[in-house]
Amino acid sequence: MNEDRPTVADLPTVADLPTVADDQTAARVDRPARRAPTGAAGSFQPRIVGFLCNWCSYAGADLAGTSRTPYAASVRVIRVMCSARIDPTFVLKALAEGADGVLICGCHPGDCHYSEGNYKTMRRYPLLKRMLADLGIEDARVRLEWVSASEGQRFADLVDDMTQRLRALGPSRIKTALATDHAER
Amino acid sequence: MGGRKLQIALYWGAGCGGCDVAVLDTNEFILDVAALADIRLWPIAVDGKYRDVEEMADGELDLTLFNGAVRNSENEHIARLLRRKSRLLVAFGSCAHMGGIPGLANLATKEEIYDRAYLHNPSIEPGNTTVPLAQTSVNGYSLELPRFYQRVFKLDDVVDVDYYLPGCPPAADQVRAVLEVIVSGVLPPKGSVVGAGDRGLCDECTRTKAEKKIKEFRRPWQIMADPEACLLEQGILCAGPATRSGCGARCPTSSIPCRGCYGPMPGVVDQGAKLLSAVTSVIDSKDPDEIDAILAGLPDFTGYAYRFSLPASLLQRSVRS
Ligand code: SF4
Ligand code: SF4
Ligand code: FES
Repeated sequence: MNEDRPTVADLPTVADLPTVADDQTAARVDRPARRAPTGAAGSFQPRIVGFLCNWCSYAGADLAGTSRTPYAASVRVIRVMCSARIDPTFVLKALAEGADGVLICGCHPGDCHYSEGNYKTMRRYPLLKRMLADLGIEDARVRLEWVSASEGQRFADLVDDMTQRLRALGPSRIKTALATDHAER
Repeated sequence: MGGRKLQIALYWGAGCGGCDVAVLDTNEFILDVAALADIRLWPIAVDGKYRDVEEMADGELDLTLFNGAVRNSENEHIARLLRRKSRLLVAFGSCAHMGGIPGLANLATKEEIYDRAYLHNPSIEPGNTTVPLAQTSVNGYSLELPRFYQRVFKLDDVVDVDYYLPGCPPAADQVRAVLEVIVSGVLPPKGSVVGAGDRGLCDECTRTKAEKKIKEFRRPWQIMADPEACLLEQGILCAGPATRSGCGARCPTSSIPCRGCYGPMPGVVDQGAKLLSAVTSVIDSKDPDEIDAILAGLPDFTGYAYRFSLPASLLQRSVRS
């Protein structure tokens, strides 16, 4: 569905996090390529990192693609074998590196290919959301949804809905905030 | 090191003084240190002025043990000064290593902290609005105070650090071992975490792990914990699964859960995120409502998970504006 699909290896490494020694920090944050792209009308186009499990949700997104269901071009999909593979670290890292939102999708409860994986996700997610709230990250930025292989339309609607909410919220401040901390010290 | 005495400095930034006490806790070994080394600056124990350090040649000190985080402009100024004057700079203790307890202040803004500490605190006389200012003028004299930063930084955010010696405070035997290595002159690679293990704390903890799941989290004072069984498997929040070994698992051994002061175990990027995975894996439920109810037993998970490491975590601070 997404030709130049990024993989985990494409995510910037921790070494890319701004440090004081890096006087390029300000320049990097302003580099247009690292900015969320803007739509034709100049409206803010959020950048969402989507972690999708291979067996249900990725197949669901694929169905949206092969059925030519139109949906917002805002999600960059990273395929993982199971939603349980989505270490909370991945979510924090995506946010720290500038994602405006993170979408986590797995098989419906009871349907996980590894039978119990999505229950692990179900237990992690509420605590992760609490942690994100304590760190000042708005509710709409991180979302968990169960999407089956036959729910192509639902996936498309989900991405549209999340995109709309993120548009209303505006770009994430996290990456810029971390860079200016060092500059303004 | 030839016949020359080692030239050393010890300094505290934003910390509690416990790290200095940990150095003193090496007991009579500290006398060996005094015999082998000239202590050129150690505010808690030895007289010495910043000016003495300013007058040193660059690189004149062999070693600085810097404890405490960087909270204000004075902390940063001295960190830079000592970095210039020292061949080796060690981030000593959790605060210099990762931000430590002072780093938890990154959950609040500077404005919130000022409001709480100086303006709306029950012990402050109503109407008293005195807050510390970087510049004040009194009777024609201009007075300066260090500038309080927006947030807390770890030492290597402001200067290059050679070694990290974790712990709140570092265990005395580890401090001693590290000092002996430095005196021997056979140094580990730059950037190493020294005076600690390279496994997870649970490996070092002698409590029995039985892959037990739980229906309820409990505070340590709410139960008489089994002295042999893993604390987490008894529903007591323990940071062992995310934490580096090296302290001898001194807390769980004393029936106190680990709070994670030795920092993330090797291979772990974000200690809080790792603990989150480990802690939720002991929950015995597949029902979202029941899971919520069980998680309600962890009232300040964020504070616990990043007890010592918030400025060193991926998000570093709250971005609430
Ligand atoms: S979780 Fe805590 S009590 Fe259990 S084995 Fe690990 S360190 Fe020991
Ligand atoms: S058990 Fe945990 S909190 Fe206690 S000293 Fe060791 S690392 Fe620190
Ligand atoms: S395989 Fe889809 S959630 Fe486990």
